[in-house]
Amino acid sequence: MSVSNRLSKKKNKKVSYTKWGYIFLLPFFLVYCVFSLIPMLSTFYYSFFENYMSGLKTIGPTFVGFDNFVKLFTEADLLKYFENTIIMWILGFVPQIAVSLLLAAWFTNNRLKLKASGFFKTVIYMPNLIMASAFSMLFFTLFSNNGPVNMMLVDAGIISEPIHYMSSTVGARSLIAMMNFLMWFGNTTILLMAGMMGIDPALFEAAEVDGASSSQVFRTITMPLLKPILAYVMVTSLIGGLQMFDLPQILTNGKGGPDRTTMTLIMYLNNHLYSKNYGMAGALSVIIFIVTGALSVLVFKMLSAQREER
Amino acid sequence: MKRKLLSMLLTVSMMAGVLVGCGSQETATTADDKSADTKKETVVTEKDTPTADSVDAATEQGKVVNVYCWNDEFKQRYEAYAADLAATHGVEVNFVIVANENNAYQNNLDAALMAQESAAADDKVDVFLVEADYASKYTKSEFALDVVGDVGLTEADLAGQYQYTKDIVTVDGVQKGTTWQATPGLFAYRRSIAKEVLGTDDPVEVQAALSNWDNFDATAAKMKEAGYFMLSGYDDSFRTFSNNVSAPWVDGTKIVIDENIMRWVEQTKEYTDAGYNNMTTLWAPEWSADQGPDGKVFGFFYSTWGINFTLLGNSLADATAPQEVGNGIYGDYGVCEGPQPYYWGGTWICAAKGTDNIPFIKDMMYRLTCDAATMKQITLDTQDYTNNEAAMNEIANSDYASDFLGGQNHIALFAEAAKKIDMSNISDYDQGLNEAIQQNFHEYFEGNVDKETALENFYTAAFEKYPELTK
Repeated sequence: MSVSNRLSKKKNKKVSYTKWGYIFLLPFFLVYCVFSLIPMLSTFYYSFFENYMSGLKTIGPTFVGFDNFVKLFTEADLLKYFENTIIMWILGFVPQIAVSLLLAAWFTNNRLKLKASGFFKTVIYMPNLIMASAFSMLFFTLFSNNGPVNMMLVDAGIISEPIHYMSSTVGARSLIAMMNFLMWFGNTTILLMAGMMGIDPALFEAAEVDGASSSQVFRTITMPLLKPILAYVMVTSLIGGLQMFDLPQILTNGKGGPDRTTMTLIMYLNNHLYSKNYGMAGALSVIIFIVTGALSVLVFKMLSAQREER
Repeated sequence: MKRKLLSMLLTVSMMAGVLVGCGSQETATTADDKSADTKKETVVTEKDTPTADSVDAATEQGKVVNVYCWNDEFKQRYEAYAADLAATHGVEVNFVIVANENNAYQNNLDAALMAQESAAADDKVDVFLVEADYASKYTKSEFALDVVGDVGLTEADLAGQYQYTKDIVTVDGVQKGTTWQATPGLFAYRRSIAKEVLGTDDPVEVQAALSNWDNFDATAAKMKEAGYFMLSGYDDSFRTFSNNVSAPWVDGTKIVIDENIMRWVEQTKEYTDAGYNNMTTLWAPEWSADQGPDGKVFGFFYSTWGINFTLLGNSLADATAPQEVGNGIYGDYGVCEGPQPYYWGGTWICAAKGTDNIPFIKDMMYRLTCDAATMKQITLDTQDYTNNEAAMNEIANSDYASDFLGGQNHIALFAEAAKKIDMSNISDYDQGLNEAIQQNFHEYFEGNVDKETALENFYTAAFEKYPELTK
């Protein structure tokens, strides 16, 4: 009797603990609802309305169905801006993942025993601490037509005329990709290192005993076991890349020049918001949401499916 | 139970804390974005405000006068000629300065005006300034008060002003703003370069070499041969063409690109390819440098404020040293009419609906825009061209000489040019469309895109700024 009594008491206690768990989760969900879910749903709702300012008069909101979406696909160069965004993301992401993998492998390698690795880890993370707009402004000044980079190159006799970096598509896109790379490779390195340090050291030792070269170890042990972290890095970077805004915005003064080839989706969204065209901006946000969601699921599925095959 | 209650309380307070934290962070980031975007800057002038009981007439008024503007030109005028009014009325004047570019000033002002009714008395917009490029947008709205009916200036007060400065802000016979300056444009040239290349620096003879666009082009070729640039950049001659269009930018909701605008495109492309200009853009640091001691540019199209406010500042070698001959190229500029008459800019003062400082605004408007003595003084002190026909003619016919312009009486030229100003083709969209066409054609001048693409990009940018417009 006493035992069963105690047992039921224990059971009750357990139940009440679970309740506390939910209660402590409540603040997050409340904040999420107020600041994320409700705005998101209202964005979906308003994307079906014509609503903008003409001078000091507000036009709408009038329900127009899918007109905003149709306009975005037919009249605006939505695909071009999507292409710009993806190209600049890939240009920055490929060197970023390559360098990060290499650095992470070096930092976690027990045989190499790099000296002062703590110092280097801090240094490579530094660019991420600078505000993106300040970083962009810095590059704008460095690479301006009469800027220090051009001056040094001319003085060194490498080029005879200053290069107009911002006036060429390749130049402007590469600058943005380079900034993205510099800002984020430290962050990615830290993430990959965390993944590599989670791998059982016994596996590395066993491979060593069997006489595997370091490239073989990297290919057959590190990479496959790193898949979950790689998937995470890919997805977060992709989402960040699609939302690329501050770097190109500041570098090109919001114009996405030359010939709008560095205009990203979010810059285009910002242009609509700037002129208070809420309906069109809502529609564009919905499209970006769907594209981001779809691409993230795709990348995640690809990487996890491969892992299951093994 | 007690413990439960306590933890409930803790949870609620934590949630509240999180919510509050989020709220303030949100506003902080938006404010940040704004400041990065628009270089917003609030300048509070410190005045020894007398206590309310010492000024009985002023007790009815609000304590703070908020003035919305885009640079410190008006602030300088106010502080030099009307600052004493703040003490008499017992108010504090607060300037909210937001740069003009990319409609930032207008967007900020629009938001403030929309919130006018719910804003606290001291946060309301009391006075705002508008430029010719978008004056009509505000004068057509209810937000700008009638300067006669609401503010209390009389027709007699306004009688001395140039008619065009009144027409531009008059809607259905109601004048809704008033200005201290008229802005006829001239061509300011470097005397030393004129002497070297044209053999004379006399304004009449230089004018003969620039009297129409054909002569202007011929002179440009001579400048190139002598190693100088005719103009600094792409946008310099824009106003001279865009002020002489045959129809407004927008017809109903359709964008009309005037023939004269395309002539600007052709001329600028030609000048760029031939090396007649230094490929700068308006307001860029390189453009300002071209006006200084190291500049190799023959001349600039500038209207009144540009000469005393911008060009004078840029011409100095040492900005902190006294403004006199010997400092940079002070004294090396001269002015002539140029190939076509035009105007550029101009600032109108509007009283905002809902202001609680009407008596102060009335006195300030009177002092700065109607009082002939003050206006004459402004011209004599700053070389600005003020909005009082009689006072300006008096100076024009006097032996007034500007040191900065090598002893020339430029007021006489302005007085002539002011008569030719025609503002019948302005529209609500001028600022956005002028900016968009200049920016998008820069790429054509630089050779990045062809003319059709530039035009296409112009339309895209225009529709983003003004969703209601069509091709």
